[in-house]
Amino acid sequence: MTDATANTEENSIYDELPDAPPKKKITLTWVGKLGVSVVLFWLVMVFIGPYIAPFHEADIMAYDSFMPILSTTEGEGFHLLGTDYIERDIFSRILWGARTTIGIAFTATLMAYVVGVTLGIAAAVSGGWLDVALSRANDSIISLPSIMLGLLAVNAFGSSIPTLIFTAGAIYAASVFRIARALGQDIMVMDFVEAARARGEGLWWVITREVLPNAAMPLATDFGLRLVFVVLFISSLSFLGLGIQPPMADWGSMVRQNLDGLGYGSYAAVWPALAIATFTISINLIVDDISASSGGSLAKKMI
Amino acid sequence: MTELLEVRDLKIEAPQKDGSAIPIVKGVSFNVKAGEVVALIGESGSGKTTISLGALGYTKPGLEFSGGEICLHGDDILSMENNDLRNLRGQRVAYLAQSAAATFNPAITIGEQVTESAVLHGVMTQAEATVRATELYHALELPDPELLGKRYPHQVSGGQLQRLMAAMALVGRPDLLVLDEPTTALDVTTQIEVLKAFKKVIKEEGSAAIYVTHDLAVVAQIADHIVVLYSGEVQEQGSVDQIINNPKHPYTKRLMAAAHAGPKPGMGDKLSGEHDKDVANIEVKDMTAGYGDIVDGKPAITVLRDINMSVKNAHVVGVIGESGCGKSTLARVIAGLLPAAQGEVILDGNVLKGSYKRRSKQDLQKVQFVYQMADTALNPKQLIGDILGRPVEMFQNLKGKAKREKVAELLQMVELPLEFENRYPAELSGGQKQRVNLARSLAALPEIMLCDEVTSALDSIVGSNVVKLLKRLRDLTGVSFMFITHDLSTVAAFADEIVVLYAGRIVEQGPVDEVLTPPFHPYTRLLISSVPEMRIGWLEETMKKREMAVGIARGVEITAVGCPFYNRCPIAIDGTCNIQTPPTHEPSAGHMISCHHTVEEILEIENSPQQVLHGFEKAAPDDETSATAH
Repeated sequence: MTDATANTEENSIYDELPDAPPKKKITLTWVGKLGVSVVLFWLVMVFIGPYIAPFHEADIMAYDSFMPILSTTEGEGFHLLGTDYIERDIFSRILWGARTTIGIAFTATLMAYVVGVTLGIAAAVSGGWLDVALSRANDSIISLPSIMLGLLAVNAFGSSIPTLIFTAGAIYAASVFRIARALGQDIMVMDFVEAARARGEGLWWVITREVLPNAAMPLATDFGLRLVFVVLFISSLSFLGLGIQPPMADWGSMVRQNLDGLGYGSYAAVWPALAIATFTISINLIVDDISASSGGSLAKKMI
Repeated sequence: MTELLEVRDLKIEAPQKDGSAIPIVKGVSFNVKAGEVVALIGESGSGKTTISLGALGYTKPGLEFSGGEICLHGDDILSMENNDLRNLRGQRVAYLAQSAAATFNPAITIGEQVTESAVLHGVMTQAEATVRATELYHALELPDPELLGKRYPHQVSGGQLQRLMAAMALVGRPDLLVLDEPTTALDVTTQIEVLKAFKKVIKEEGSAAIYVTHDLAVVAQIADHIVVLYSGEVQEQGSVDQIINNPKHPYTKRLMAAAHAGPKPGMGDKLSGEHDKDVANIEVKDMTAGYGDIVDGKPAITVLRDINMSVKNAHVVGVIGESGCGKSTLARVIAGLLPAAQGEVILDGNVLKGSYKRRSKQDLQKVQFVYQMADTALNPKQLIGDILGRPVEMFQNLKGKAKREKVAELLQMVELPLEFENRYPAELSGGQKQRVNLARSLAALPEIMLCDEVTSALDSIVGSNVVKLLKRLRDLTGVSFMFITHDLSTVAAFADEIVVLYAGRIVEQGPVDEVLTPPFHPYTRLLISSVPEMRIGWLEETMKKREMAVGIARGVEITAVGCPFYNRCPIAIDGTCNIQTPPTHEPSAGHMISCHHTVEEILEIENSPQQVLHGFEKAAPDDETSATAH
């Protein structure tokens, strides 16, 4: 409702209907706050996990494998989450594993995003030969099984943490590229992008101010999912002996190595799986909450 | 007549998270008698669509019925279980949505879709339904009724599709039809064709109808009873005669004032002359443009041919024509968004480069394009302050506090409160967004603004406020406008000059009062006759006019030779009009008509309205099947 139009008409109560809601700030609900606290917790563990863990990740206990939760070993101590297939303390290994899993998988996913989104949006915005070249290069990466590419890279450069991050990042950048390009192309045909270009805005402005903010929410939602894939990818490599080298703990490998325990009634595989789940689900909770409170288009459609 | 549908004290509200509820419909009561058409009229947000959906026992997600009752033949719809509701919908009550294009599935034949609901509900067998559908095609005056069912939706025109939707709704012989703005998005000529068919079929079928619209002139043609709504409450209801001829409530009076009087000369205000330098601001010379690759100066699909026009300083030029005639393309060529294949665009005496990519910053600044849909023209992730601030920064070289002051000034100019600079576009109403859209173009301090249907998506009251604003801006800044629309009444009230486009060619142009008085180009005549007047019986009267017979029944055919209007012209000369490009006459200074008839002949025809003219024998609308160019 505007002041200037209101006074010109006799029946000013019948002015333009105020169907606009009042301005909102981004406030997180308890769900979003829960997500933030879980993610923060794991990020802290990346740094202090090894120091507060009761045991070293490589410590092998003297007694049984697959001990149940809350069991005590004589002379060694209390095992909150029991022990794994070669008698290591699972609780300690999860705390140690935060460093590798979140450190490596998160960094690799982040790298995949930086590379994939930059190239994908650039391809969508500029079109033409750049789009063709990037898309075909991307097709050839995506057409090879990721695990084969991983094996190749590790064989060529040797297994080290930087190699792992770089390999996983490069492989997953390909799928991020496809999503980013598709999103970018949808946004590029919007009138406001044309308005910006017709005003004489450069490529950088169009990418960073017009396209990226509108692609951010779907990309962020995909991030959590992609992270799980990277964790699984690294654990597959580890299983083949090419990923994280034993005895270093890593959540994905812990799940895989302890799967047999399920047959004996041991929960050893469940705890690292839960750790992965809490981290990735929390990331998605934060994303969903932000998009709902900022009146994202998805949230709007659901009303 | 008995009461078919009774709506008593209907309340619908939107429950909120904190347990409170926002009332949307606040106790509405009205009745629909058998065979009667009741119009629900009001602006957007008045709850008219919500009430009409209630007749199907349906609310949009997020709303709920909170009181009152809706009875069909005495059965309370609101207390029905799912099974009863399923039988009610599509069988006893049928719904007709606004956009036929969005209603039909492009991959299924028309016949299958029209009969689907009746067969699914077990009202009739497929064979019976097909026979019934064919009857309805006849009743709706659709071309080639026997074979129409075998076609696909893209093979018929927009107006035909709209009529087919009526067939779809009527095939199961429902007691009640609910029509939600069925003609709002259509061109005036198409609107008449659809209205006429709807009126006829509703009368023949004897079905009752609820007609939802914001257009009083349309209501005057089709309704028996009118319910005027504002903000979920009935303001006034009565017979169509009483509401149209003797409105009592101030809101109804205000709606009537905002509704368009028909386009007449002298509706516009005279220019103050203050900014008038009488030099052409923008000039378009011999321009041909279209889409696809340009080979030898010819695009793959030619949209505009041989366009010559100009916009004088501080003048408003209205560009008018049906959808698909190339109005928007013309503006896009001038803005450099679509380089022309031939001809040139001249700004202040300098030839502009074809593409905006090669134009200088000053040229980009001087010519501003205003998009039709503010929803897609404003970046949803930028604050209004940033949307307006960026062009200020780029074109006025202002930063920091000076930039913020300029933004505040712009908001004031378009009559929006200052605190809007901290809002996102999604937090504004449609009319407010359109104002921001205009302000963004103003921020560049343009010489000419190309407004592409900026009022078309808005309500009559909101739209007329936007036009008022544009007039004020012109007086304030001396900016020129090219105002593109398919609404002749808006142009008549706002423009100084009119350009009438038909199938990519200019058929008539000149000062607004000259164009709106005889001699008319036959197409201008058709357009003027097609604008609904707020008068009962207007539809029947106008349908008797000569220009309607061929003009309404046939669609646009795009031809490279001859007069583009040949196939719809009541006074076309066979052997001349379809072969030779028409010459241009100048009945008065600056007024141009392209027609094979001389000005005297046209005037003579105007003065003898019922005379059957040569060429009129071909008027029988039998070859309508070729009219798919809508």
